[in-house]
Order: sequence, then C-alpha cells, then structure tokens
Amino acid sequence: MITATRHLENYLESFSEFEKLAVCHALPWLRKLRQDAFARFCEVGFPTTHDEDWRFTNVSAIAQTPFRLARNGRAQLSRQQLEPYRIAGVASQLVFVNGRFARELSLLNNLPAGVEASGLAGEIASGPEAIELHLGRYLDTRRDAFCALNTAFVEDGAYVHIPRGTLVEEPIYLLFVSTGDDAPSMSHPRNLIVAEEDSQATFVEDYVSLDGGAVFCNTVTELVAGDHTVLSHYMIEREHKEAFNISTLRIQQGRSTNVVSHSVLLGGALVRNNVHPVLAGEGGECLINGLFIGHGGQHLDNYMLVEHASPRCGSRQFYNGILDGHAHGVFHGRIIVHKDAQKTDAKQTNRNLLLSDDTQMDTKPQLEIYADDVKCTHGATIGQIEGDALFYLRSRGIDEVSARKLLLFAFASECLDRMKQGPVRGHVEGLINQCLFQVANAPDAARGTYREDAGRNWEEIG
Amino acid sequence: MSLLEIKNLHVSVDKHEILKGINLRVNAGEVHSIMGPNGSGKSTLAQALARRETYNVTSGEVSYNGKDLLAMKPEEAACEGIFMAFQYPVEIPGISNAYFLRSALNAIRRYRGLDEIDAMDFLPMFREKLKLLDMDEKLMNRSVNEGFSGGEKKRNEILQMAVLEPKLAILDETDSGLDIDALKIVAQGVDAMRNPERAIIVVTHYQRLLNYIVPDFVHVLVHGRIVRSGGPELALELEEKGYGTMEAEARHATPA
Repeated sequence: MITATRHLENYLESFSEFEKLAVCHALPWLRKLRQDAFARFCEVGFPTTHDEDWRFTNVSAIAQTPFRLARNGRAQLSRQQLEPYRIAGVASQLVFVNGRFARELSLLNNLPAGVEASGLAGEIASGPEAIELHLGRYLDTRRDAFCALNTAFVEDGAYVHIPRGTLVEEPIYLLFVSTGDDAPSMSHPRNLIVAEEDSQATFVEDYVSLDGGAVFCNTVTELVAGDHTVLSHYMIEREHKEAFNISTLRIQQGRSTNVVSHSVLLGGALVRNNVHPVLAGEGGECLINGLFIGHGGQHLDNYMLVEHASPRCGSRQFYNGILDGHAHGVFHGRIIVHKDAQKTDAKQTNRNLLLSDDTQMDTKPQLEIYADDVKCTHGATIGQIEGDALFYLRSRGIDEVSARKLLLFAFASECLDRMKQGPVRGHVEGLINQCLFQVANAPDAARGTYREDAGRNWEEIG
Repeated sequence: MSLLEIKNLHVSVDKHEILKGINLRVNAGEVHSIMGPNGSGKSTLAQALARRETYNVTSGEVSYNGKDLLAMKPEEAACEGIFMAFQYPVEIPGISNAYFLRSALNAIRRYRGLDEIDAMDFLPMFREKLKLLDMDEKLMNRSVNEGFSGGEKKRNEILQMAVLEPKLAILDETDSGLDIDALKIVAQGVDAMRNPERAIIVVTHYQRLLNYIVPDFVHVLVHGRIVRSGGPELALELEEKGYGTMEAEARHATPA
C-alpha cells in the first residue's frame, strides 16, 4: 500500500507541474477533461495481474519506476539524425520528440488542399472548437488506467483532419522519437485523426528511440472514421529493448466504413498494444492485422477489443506471433456483439511460432454475444518451425540459417500480404527482415532444445 | 573411382536399426533401382544419403565423389550435387515455388563459386523445364507444394531436379500415387536427364516405373540388407514372384 501511494505521489507532483504549464488549461472543458481523467487514474491506479484484462502482463516495472514528464531533448536533434528512421519517398512526415510536435524536423508536402496535419497543442491553442468536438469523446478513460493517464496529460501529439470527399493518396507518416534522459522519462502523446465522410487516407505511427535509458511512452490515438471512409492505420513499435510502450488505438467507425489496422511490434521491453474499434454505423468493415516478433526477454501484449454496435458489420482479426529466447507474447481477442448488431460476421485468428522452450504465449479469445443472428469464429495455433520444412529447404542447398529465416519470413508474410503494396509496406518489410535475421541467427543455445512435434492448435466456431 | 560408394552402412531411426550393413557402388552414367517391400529400409537409405539428421548413421562409410558424405550437412550434400526427390514433398506456405527454386539454385551456384542468376535470366530457363514436365506456369507463383495435387507435387520434385542438375539423383518412391499419364510424364522427365555424368538411384516398390526408366542395375533390399543384385530382368522376376521368397531367404540367412 505504501509503495502504491508513493507511485501516485510521483504522478501527483508531475500533474501539478503539468497543470501550471499545460496548453490552454484555462479552457474549462479541457481542464475538466484532464482533471477528471487524473482523478480516475488516482482512483484505479495501475492494473495488476488480478485484473482480467491484465492477467498475462505485469506492469509493476512501469508502476515502480519514478518516471517524470520528458520536457526537453528536442533541441539536440537534427534532421540528419532522423534520416535513418524515415520512410523514403513519403512526402508528409510529422516528427514528434518525446510526444511533442517538432515542426522544424517535419516535412509537410503534397497534402491535398484542406487537409490539416500538425501538432495537437498548436491546434488547441488556435482553434479549440474543432478539437473539443472530438477529443476524449471516444476513449473510455474508465476502462483503463493508461488511457486515463494519457488523457490527464493530454497536450500534444498529432492532429490530422481530412475534409469530406478528399482522397489522400500518400500516407501521412507520424514518427515518434523518444530520447533518453538521465532520469526515467515518460511521454503521453495524444493523436486525434478525424476523417470526414467519404474520404480516404493512410496513417502510419512509427515509434523509435534514439538513446537507451528508461523511457515510457503511453500513447493514445482517437481515429474518427466518418461515413463511407476508407482508412488504413499502421502502428510500428521498434523502440530499444528497455523501452515501455503502451498504445491504444480507438477507432470510431461510421456507416459503411472500411478501416484497416496493421500493428507490427518488433521492439520495446514491455509493449501493450490495444486496438479498439467500435463499429457504430451499419455495414462497417474492419480488418485488424498484426505481427509481433519477440526475442530476448521482450513482453509483447496485444489486446483487441472489437465492438459490433450496429447491424451488418464485419470484422477480421489476424495476428501472427514469433517468439524466441524467453520472450512472452499475449493475444487477447475480445469481441462484443451488442444487442442490435444482427448479421454480424466476426472472425479471429491468432497463429504463433515458438522457437525456444523458454518462451511463453498466452492466447485468449473472449466472445460476448448479445444478438442472436451472428457468425463469430475464432481459432489459435501454437507451433514450432517444422523439421520437415527445414530439411526440405536444406536438401535443396539452402543453408540452415537462411532456411530458418525463409520459413520465419513466410510466416510473417501472411501479415505482410494483407498490407497494400507501396512505400509503407516496403518499409515494414525491411524492418521485419532485419528483425528475423537477428532471430534466425541466434545461437541454438539461446533457443533451448529443438523439437519436431507439431504443437497444439484448436479452433472453435460459435 | 565410383561416384558413390557405400560400405557396410548401418542406420538407426529412434534407436531402431533399419539399415543393417548396406554395400553399394554407383558409377556416373548408371541408373540403379532399389526395390523392396514396405519397411525394408528403402526410404531410410534415401534419407540417409540426403543427410537427414534424424537418420542416425551408427557405422559404415559413404564416399561420394571422393568425399566423405557422412561428414556433410544436408545443404552441403545438395551443393555437392546430391538431389533427393521426396516421397512426400513438403508444403511450405508463404514461399513461392519460383522464389524457392531460384534461392536453391543460387545457394548451389554460390557454393560452387559461380555468379548468382537474377530473376530475369532465371525465367526463360525455368519455362523450358516447365514445358518438359507439362506443368502450368501458374504453379510457379503459388506457395511451394501448397494445394498441389499428388501428381503436381511429384512433377514439382522432378522440375527441381531438372533446374538444379544434380550429379546424383535419388528418387524416393516418386511413382507412388501417380496415375499412368502422370507417371509417363515424370518418367520422361527423369529419362531426359540421363547422361554419362549423372547417376540416378530409383527407389521403388513396384516395377512399373522401370518400364519407362530402364535401370542398368536392380538391387533388392529386404530387412535392411541388399539380398540380391542383378540387371533389369530382376525387376521383372520380382513383379512375377513378389518379395515373399526373397524375404524368406533373407530371414533364413539372418542369424537370430
């Protein structure tokens, strides 16, 4: 109890410092949003493994570290330093350093007329009415302490607005850079993306870190998909191996929308990736596609919550995981079909490859169905690299490391193939390749004993 | 010097001894057929020569092209020119047939100090081999063996052999499960590859394939030993009499 209080004291201090300087704290709605969220955070505190939604993920390492808000660091960064992290050939790239928009490091070209892409803090200061309409309207701070914490410290992040009927052909790329500090530092980037009726666009969130050190990035994106929009969202986590990253993507889908969420988790020490679409309008479709590759001692948790709130909506979840070393992976796939959501068609598949005996994978489907005319299926598999396939490749002259990498890549390709061809997919493919090369090259000693059995799998139809 | 020389080879799988002293000599340009009943060790011999690690060589020697084959990994044996057509070709989702074959060819070329072949140069050569085996080009962009029919899988094995041009090809029951049309195509594909530089070992249960690929030598494998060797007429004798008498002879000859 004493330690719990001490954790909160740290945040109390941070919050009172934050309140003195926060952008537009005088605006009553914004002040209330922040203060209510902070009160909520204080009330519930960090989750423990007794909490069903956090059963497989212990966040005490985050709770026990005295993180303080990262305030500086941006001044030391140059464009050259960021070059290796950017996606080549993408015209609009917004850079955020420790959650703060860095205009001087950003590139804003080729955006169609009327499209706004900039920092949230600046937008709040210059035109708070448009922000007030959406900010915090979709995220449920009562569900999750991290969402509450993010909302308490809401200030900067990306703000993107796509006007009605606009087709944005090039991806809008958001690069989040965490820079280490002498002391543990945290940031709470908050992104608000509003796509109006009948628009089409692609957004990429890419999380990287420049230096080592304890960093905690707790990010929330509210993606508002107006009626008939076609949107793609990518989340790429590739921070260093000490970083903590908690992210929540809350998607609000209107009528006949088509939204795709791709998550690629490669980096970080402890990563929790929440994807929460609500199919609020009739006939909406959403595809949730993900790949996580963990090695060493990484902990990668994927928490999907798909809410079917309207009739005739479809959702597809496909998550593939590769774990090596003593990495721990989690896939929690929850589907809620509300009473009126008749003719729902929901599908969920989670496939995992475990390369060492010391890895752990927890996969858990959770279907809550309150309508009576629905189709929901889910399935999960856990297996190893097949000895037969490995021998087949080797018997044709391909060396063992290359053969292993080829098989891992083939498994990862299932996710890659769901991404549209283009610079983003090329970028992701390069990152996956690099990561798999490391995994395939890992010495057998780190992998534990090798088995040829086919593993377990199950499938149910409900 | 023989291309392949096997001396007193003993092989165990899961601690059960399957091969109990195989002696065999194969020269370049020759086609040998290994025949035998189920469970006699035919596939074990093929797998051991392809260097599958779960097939444990407990004693004996195998020299291939003057080198110690038993010291090689599967990929080294392949790069040295050994090719085994699998009895049960493996499905590999997510890797296209064309990519797989080009990777294999280039791995072998790298090993031999040759330049790699790029996708552009690979294609015409590939098309020619496809025609030889009467295969649909569409199969090349599909994942390796995934969703292929039994006949397509076997043809795909021979296609790989035609592309990789081995010095020693081992066909492990390539005829099993093939209808007569597919069998003819496969056999023609193999026959087209006969040349004075290359040796082929045809492992089969039935004589049928040998009507199309006429071997120079036939060996009968029973209970892990070669009990008889002879010319192509031996295969016909087996077809007529079955393996029964030879199995009985083998039992008789084996000390308890």
